[in-house]
Amino acid sequence: MSDINKEWPLWEVFVRSKAGLDHKHCGSLHAADAKMAIQMARDVYTRRQEGCSVWVVQSDQIVASDPGDKDMYFDPAEDKVYRHPTFYQLPKAVDHM
Amino acid sequence: MYTQAMDTMGKEPGDGTKPVRSADEMRLQERFDERIDAGDFIEAKDWMPDHYRKTLLRQISQHAHSEIVGMLPEGNWISRAPTLKRKAILLAKVQDEGGHGLYLYAAAETLGTSRDQMLDALHTGKAKYSSIFNYPTLTWADMGVIGWLVDGAAIMNQVPICRCSYAPYARAMIRICREESFHQRQGYEALLTMMQNGTQAQKEMVQDAVNRWWWPSIMMFGPPDDQSPNSAQSMRWGIKRVSNDELRQKFIDATVEQAKILGVTLPDPDLKWNEQRQAHDHGPIDWEEFWRVIAGDGPCNRERLGARVKAWDDGAWVREAALAHSRKQQQRDIKEAA
Amino acid sequence: MTAASIQLELTPATQYLLRIGDSCLILAQRISEWCGHAPVLEEDIAMSNIALDLIGQARAVLTRAGEVEGRSHDEDQLAFLRQERDYFNVTLAELPRGDFANAVLRNTMAATWLKLLWERLAMESKDEELRAIAAKAVKEARYHQQHSGDWVVRLGDGTDESRQRMEAALASLWRFAAELFDTDAADEAAADAGWGPRWSELKAPWQAEMQQILSEAGLTMPAESKFQSDGKRGRHSEHMGFILADMQYLQRAFPGGVW
Repeated sequence: MSDINKEWPLWEVFVRSKAGLDHKHCGSLHAADAKMAIQMARDVYTRRQEGCSVWVVQSDQIVASDPGDKDMYFDPAEDKVYRHPTFYQLPKAVDHM
Repeated sequence: MYTQAMDTMGKEPGDGTKPVRSADEMRLQERFDERIDAGDFIEAKDWMPDHYRKTLLRQISQHAHSEIVGMLPEGNWISRAPTLKRKAILLAKVQDEGGHGLYLYAAAETLGTSRDQMLDALHTGKAKYSSIFNYPTLTWADMGVIGWLVDGAAIMNQVPICRCSYAPYARAMIRICREESFHQRQGYEALLTMMQNGTQAQKEMVQDAVNRWWWPSIMMFGPPDDQSPNSAQSMRWGIKRVSNDELRQKFIDATVEQAKILGVTLPDPDLKWNEQRQAHDHGPIDWEEFWRVIAGDGPCNRERLGARVKAWDDGAWVREAALAHSRKQQQRDIKEAA
Repeated sequence: MTAASIQLELTPATQYLLRIGDSCLILAQRISEWCGHAPVLEEDIAMSNIALDLIGQARAVLTRAGEVEGRSHDEDQLAFLRQERDYFNVTLAELPRGDFANAVLRNTMAATWLKLLWERLAMESKDEELRAIAAKAVKEARYHQQHSGDWVVRLGDGTDESRQRMEAALASLWRFAAELFDTDAADEAAADAGWGPRWSELKAPWQAEMQQILSEAGLTMPAESKFQSDGKRGRHSEHMGFILADMQYLQRAFPGGVW
């Protein structure tokens, strides 16, 4: 039977595909320590030159918003469209702004 | 890589009477149904019906197990690959399959299980894996044919799942599909090389491999639709998007053309174009063989599972040691910081 | 009917190159045995990665060796059609994979050696192609050393069982290290001609790096052994025959085959 104490911790992996871009979450893996996690992440998630930088975080260290609070956290933004650039109609000559 | 449209839907729990649900839960169910119908994605921490969660968990973990077990029949030939290029290609492919298994275990873990629990289910025979891997790889040509037919069938099964309603699974599948087409192409190319430029002995080896893998490959799409009564719910939930028979037909039609170009014969004398249906008719599939192999009486079931159990058991001390070292390190770090 | 062996035109230069290429090839052959059988899925992937790097290095060096030899032998003819006594890999490479402790120790010993060799070749070899091959390979060898060395530390400083297995691995493998630093006439001639360093020059840095890893692992470096293996001169252990029987089978059984 599997014993939670014998399992290697789960780590979430974030890869930056090239300089200038953000790190993107791409999956998870099991590793016994941080050094291993980084190497594994490189072996598993960057075999096809998908990355120039890798972050790993132990899964239980991630704090996430509660989807149950989604309405409270994210719906108010829905009716505040003036935050979106497309709300403003500009003449074509300056529309690249 | 190797999904099999097994009937992963269990029955509804209990004696058919549904448990009493609170008003809150009914509302959540309604919201959930709306999102499914609108083609929205469900994420890991979203509310979901228990049956949806269980079905997905079973499907994703069995898909993962299939990838891992699938490393073995091809892994057999890495040491014997006939050229350095083919050796590297095969090793990269098998490595990819390991990676695919890993992505899928990761997706399944978001549903509230652990890798170790899933592996335990595999090793004790509670969980299934695609039965295609219970067949032996007897010649080098098997490598090419597996790439062509088995990966080909898997791709057909998998592409629709990229739009599965459960997002972690869909994302894993997108990653997998991107890597998958190399698998099929390298297999077909290996066969083409032998059929077009190879010796007579090589050509005979290819035909023999095709003869052995054809029927098991088309069985990969699972039992006929009229024997898969629970597909409907899976399809409604966006877990399964196309029916077994439809996928199988698509596969056969595509493959017949590919076989012509290769110059091999598919071992079905009843395979012929039906002008009315605009599709190929085919001979009867031996579903007895299919169920027999799934039930554990295929040529390699014991060896495959045995190999996985051995690797796991032999590796127990390694995993333990890594954890022990990590804990020692943490203690040392704490002491140093103090 | 089977495919006959190719005959080598052996010069110090060819031998110098084949020693490196064959070591990468046979090491890759052994390491890839782990694929599908590693203690954890992540290691299946990591081991395969190391093997793939080594196959790449083998292909590059064997191709170069074939060019230098001048008999139009390509990488596959060299890899698959020589007689056992014409393979010049170090014996360390051909030993069975053993348990995971054995594997990571052998990988560390080999990767450290190769890293030092590639570093020197990248800087000094008179051969432009060998320099280019080495420049790429050294990055790979660094990673292999780090990955495997970290495992030596984990296992040496893990549980009682893992430490015992590491000690057993040391007892079993260490005597094959001497061959890595032996300089013979072929080595001398090749070094004099500017192909690369004498292997004996790698001994001190290799021992220093291995000492560091073993210390961190809480393991004791075994004493130098009086035994010296001879794979680099084509006199292998009993394991080599089995490797070749397996590896060469298809090329031998399908003469003229196109793959």
